[in-house]
Amino acid sequence: MPNGPLFLARGVYRRRRLRDAARLMPVLGLLLFLLPGLGHDSVGNARDAIYLFAAWGLLIVFAAILAQGLSQSDAEGGPSDRTEDET
Amino acid sequence: MPFNLLVLICILYVIFLFSVAFVVERRAARGRLGFLRSPIIYTLSLSIYCTAWTFYGAVGYAARSGIEFLTIYLGPTLVFIGWWVILRKLVRIGRQQRVTSIADLISSRFGKSNMLGVVVTLIAVIAATPYIALQLQSLTLSFSVFAQDTPEDWLLPGHQGIALWVAAGLALFTILFGTRKLDAKEQHHGIVTAIAVEAVVKLVALLAVGAFVVWGMAGGIGAVIDKISAMSANPAWELKQDRWIGLIVLSAAAVISLPRMFQVMVVENIDESHLSWASWAFPLYLFAMSLFILPIAVEGLERMPAGANPDMFVLTLPLSEGQGALAMLAFLGGFSSATSMVIVETIALATMISNNVVMPIWLRLRPSAAMSGDLRGGVLLTRRLAIIGVLGLGYAYYSISGGSAALAAIGLIAFAGMAQFLPALLGGIYWRGGTKIGALAGLITGFVVWGYTLFLPSFGEGALLSAQVFIDGPWGLSWLRPEALLGTEGMDPLVHSVFWSLSLNTIAFALVSVLTFPDPVERIQGVAFVNAFDREALAERLGWSHGQAEPEALLSLAQRILGEEALTFFEAQAKAQGKDGFLPDLTPEFLAEAERRLAGSVGAATAHAMISQLFGRATVTVEDLMAVANETAQIMEYSAKLEAKQEELSRTARQLREVNEKLTQLSVQKDAFLSQISHELRTPMTSIRAFSEILTEGDIPAGMVADSGRIIHSEAVRLTRLLDDLLDLSVLENGTVQLNLDLAHLGKMLDRAVQAASQTRPEREFEIIRDPAAEEIHLLTDPDRLVQVFINLVSNARKYCDAAPGVLRIVVRQKGGRINIDFIDNGKGIPKESQRLIFEKFARLTDQMRAGGAGLGLAIVREIMANIGGSISYLPGQKGAAFRVTLPLRFEKRLSDPKA
Repeated sequence: MPNGPLFLARGVYRRRRLRDAARLMPVLGLLLFLLPGLGHDSVGNARDAIYLFAAWGLLIVFAAILAQGLSQSDAEGGPSDRTEDET
Repeated sequence: MPFNLLVLICILYVIFLFSVAFVVERRAARGRLGFLRSPIIYTLSLSIYCTAWTFYGAVGYAARSGIEFLTIYLGPTLVFIGWWVILRKLVRIGRQQRVTSIADLISSRFGKSNMLGVVVTLIAVIAATPYIALQLQSLTLSFSVFAQDTPEDWLLPGHQGIALWVAAGLALFTILFGTRKLDAKEQHHGIVTAIAVEAVVKLVALLAVGAFVVWGMAGGIGAVIDKISAMSANPAWELKQDRWIGLIVLSAAAVISLPRMFQVMVVENIDESHLSWASWAFPLYLFAMSLFILPIAVEGLERMPAGANPDMFVLTLPLSEGQGALAMLAFLGGFSSATSMVIVETIALATMISNNVVMPIWLRLRPSAAMSGDLRGGVLLTRRLAIIGVLGLGYAYYSISGGSAALAAIGLIAFAGMAQFLPALLGGIYWRGGTKIGALAGLITGFVVWGYTLFLPSFGEGALLSAQVFIDGPWGLSWLRPEALLGTEGMDPLVHSVFWSLSLNTIAFALVSVLTFPDPVERIQGVAFVNAFDREALAERLGWSHGQAEPEALLSLAQRILGEEALTFFEAQAKAQGKDGFLPDLTPEFLAEAERRLAGSVGAATAHAMISQLFGRATVTVEDLMAVANETAQIMEYSAKLEAKQEELSRTARQLREVNEKLTQLSVQKDAFLSQISHELRTPMTSIRAFSEILTEGDIPAGMVADSGRIIHSEAVRLTRLLDDLLDLSVLENGTVQLNLDLAHLGKMLDRAVQAASQTRPEREFEIIRDPAAEEIHLLTDPDRLVQVFINLVSNARKYCDAAPGVLRIVVRQKGGRINIDFIDNGKGIPKESQRLIFEKFARLTDQMRAGGAGLGLAIVREIMANIGGSISYLPGQKGAAFRVTLPLRFEKRLSDPKA
C-alpha cells in the first residue's frame, strides 16, 4: 500500500491478526465439519453427533471471543488505520 | 383438544403478536426503541431461518436419515462465524446503498438494471413457492394431528381445506402486519420484535419437548446415546459423503441468499455491530435448536407405531404421554415457526415485486405518476396483492404436489433455487469485472438447470415431466435426463441438481462477464460495492466523519458554503430550541432546515448528499451523484451562458473601440488630407504664380523666360497629375470606374510595368528578379489597371528601398482560381505600426521619403485591386517591404457594387 506506514504498533498489529483470525474461522469450521464426511468409517451416529456438537460448541466459543475482541478494537482504533496486510 | 379451542388459541396468539408489533411500532415512531435496538433482538429475528421445517421437519429428517439433518444448521454456522468475510460487507453495502431486498442489491450492483431485478424477483418467487407450501403443509399436519375432532368440512378433501384456511389467515395476518405503512428503508421494527418473540417461543418449546423426551421418557443422556448408537445399524442413517458436503455448501449459500434471511439480516439491520454479536449468538441458537432433534427422532421411532409421520414427532410424543400443555407449547412453537417465516418471506417477496417489477413498469407507463405523489397507495395495494399471490402460489404447489413429500425434501428444493443468487451476489461484491449481462446469464442458466433437474421433478414423475423423460431424456436425448445430466448417473438427485445448477451458473456468469463490457453506471456501482470499505476509509482520511452527529461538523460544513449567514442561522436555531450558543441539537427538523438552507446554495441533491454523508453511514449513491451532476450541469450551463454573453459584450466593446480609433484616425487623416491637398496644390501654384509674375514684368532675358516657362509647365503637369490622381481615386472609390476586361499575359504586363517604372529614379542601381516560367499565365482582367498597380509597386520599390544595390523579387504563384503576386524588396521594410496606414491617402511615412509622389499611390492601388476583384496587402516578416497582390484568374464583374 503506497500510503501509510509499513510496520505498525503492537496494538494495531494485534488487531490486524485478530481480523485474520476472523477470516480463517470459516475455514477452520469447514475443516471440522467435513471431517465426519471424509472417509472416516461411520462407526456410529452417536459418536459423530457428539463430535459435531463439540466442534460446533468450540467454534461458537471461538467466534464469541473473536467478536468481543473485534468489536473492542473497532471501538478503539476504528477501521481507518489500515495497513500491514489489511485489504 | 377441541378443534375450535385450538383455532381460538391460535387467534389469541396472533393478536398477542400483533399487539407486540403495534406497541413497538408506536415506540419506534417516537424514537424510543430502547432495549429493542439490542443485538439480542437482531439475533432472535435471524432465527426465522428455523421455520416449521426445522421445528417439525428436522425431527422427521433425523428419523429418516440420521445426523444428515445437521448440515442445514452447520452451513449457516460457517457463514456466521465467518461474518467478517461476507456478511459484514453485505450489511455495509446494504446500509450504504439503502438496499431494500436481495433483488434490489443485485440489480443495483449491476447498474440499477430493472431486467435483473425482475429476473431475481421471479426466481425468488418461484423458489419460495415450495417453501411456503412446506409451511402450509406442516401447519395443516399439526392441526390434523392435534385436533381430534377436526370437522369434516374443513378437511375435505385430504387436508386441503385446512391448508386453504391457513393460507388465507396468513395472508390476512401478513397484510395487517407488513403493509400498514410504507417505510423508505423498508424496516419493520414491530415485525422484527414479534419475530423475536416467536423465536423465543419456538426455542423454548423445542427445548422443553427435548428435555421432556430425554429425561422424562428416554431416561437420561446416557440412555439416549445408547439408543442413537443402536440406530446406526439402519442403512438409511449412514452418512453419505456427497450429500454431507453438498448440503453444508447448499445451506451456507441459502442462508445468504434466502430473501427472508436477507430481509432480517441486511435490510432490518439497525446497527452493524449487532452482526458481530450475532456471529456467535445465532450459531448458538441453531445449536440449541438442533440439540434435541436426534433424541426426539430416536424416541419417536422407538415408541410410535410404524406408520406414524416422523415429521410430527414433536407433537405426537408429548400427546402420547398425555402431556397436553407441553404439546400445546410445541404446537405454538410450530405455529410461530411457520407464521414468522411466511410473514417475513412474503413481505420480502412483496417488496421485491412492488419495488423491482411493478413500480418500474408503472412509472415507465405513467411517468407523471412519479410527480403526483399518490404512489403510496399504489405501492401498498401492489404489496397486498403480491402477498396474496405468493401465498396463493404456495397453496397451489401444496395442492399439486399433494402434500405428500417429506418436509425436508421440499425445503431443500427451495434452498437450491435460492442458492442461484449466490454467484451473482458474491461475484458482485468481490469482483469488479462482473457485468449485468453476465449476471443475467448466470442467473437464468442456474434457474433453468434447477427448474429442470429439481423443481419440475419435485411434482412427481408424470406430473409435469412425463416418466418417459426421466428414463430416456427429452426427445430421446439420454444425456439430457433431468436426474443424470451429461450422463452423471448415480448421483443423489439433489446434489446432482445443486452441482450442475451452481457450476453452470458460475461458469455462465464468469464467462459472459469476461466477454462483455459493463456500461458506466455498472462500473461505478461495481467500484462502490467491491470497495465498500475503502470508500469509507477514504472519506475518513478526507475528514468526513461518519455517523458522528456532531453539530460542529455541520456548522463547519455550513460555514464553508453559507459563510457568516451560517452562524446566525445556527444561533437562531439554537435559540428556538432554548439553547445558548451556536450549536443546536441535531433534531430532524433542524437537519431538514439546514439541508434546505444548503440546498439554496448548492442545490437540493448536493445538499442532501452532504447531509447524509455527514450523518449516518448511508453514502452517496450513483443516483445521488447523477442528481448532483444534473444540478451542477445546470449551474454550469447557466454560467457558460453568462460567460458567452460577457464575451460577446467585450468583443462588441473591443470592436467599438477599434472602430472609434479608426474613426478618430480617419478624422485626423481627413484633416491631414485637406491640409495636404491644399499644400500639394499650393506648392506648384505658388511657383506658377511667382514665375508668371516674373514673366508679366517684361524686360527679362530670353534664357530666363524659357526657364520660367519650363518650370511653369512642369508645375502645371504636376498639378494636372495630382488632380488626375485625385479624380482617379474618387472614381475608384465610388466604384463607378469603367473596366475594360481583356485577356492578358501576366509576364507581358509585368514587362510593361518594369519598363515604365524604370523612369523613376533612373540613376539607381536596381535589380529585378523574376521567374518567366511562372509568369506564363493568361488573365481575364483589366490589363491597364493592373499594369498601373504593378508600376506603382515597382516604382515604390525603386523609390523607397534603401538598400544598395536594391533588389526586387517578383514571385508569382497560382493557387486555385487565384494568383498571388508578391513584390519583395531587400530594404528595411515598413515599421509595424505604419503597416496599417500605408494604404490610406497621403500616408507617406516620413518626410524624408517624400520622393515626389502625393501619397496617393497605394491608396489608388488598393482601390484598383478592389475593383478588379482582388486585394493587396502588406506581407510582414519578409526582411524587406513586401506586398502581395491577389487577384482572380478570371474576373467576372458582379452585377452589384463590387465594393459592397
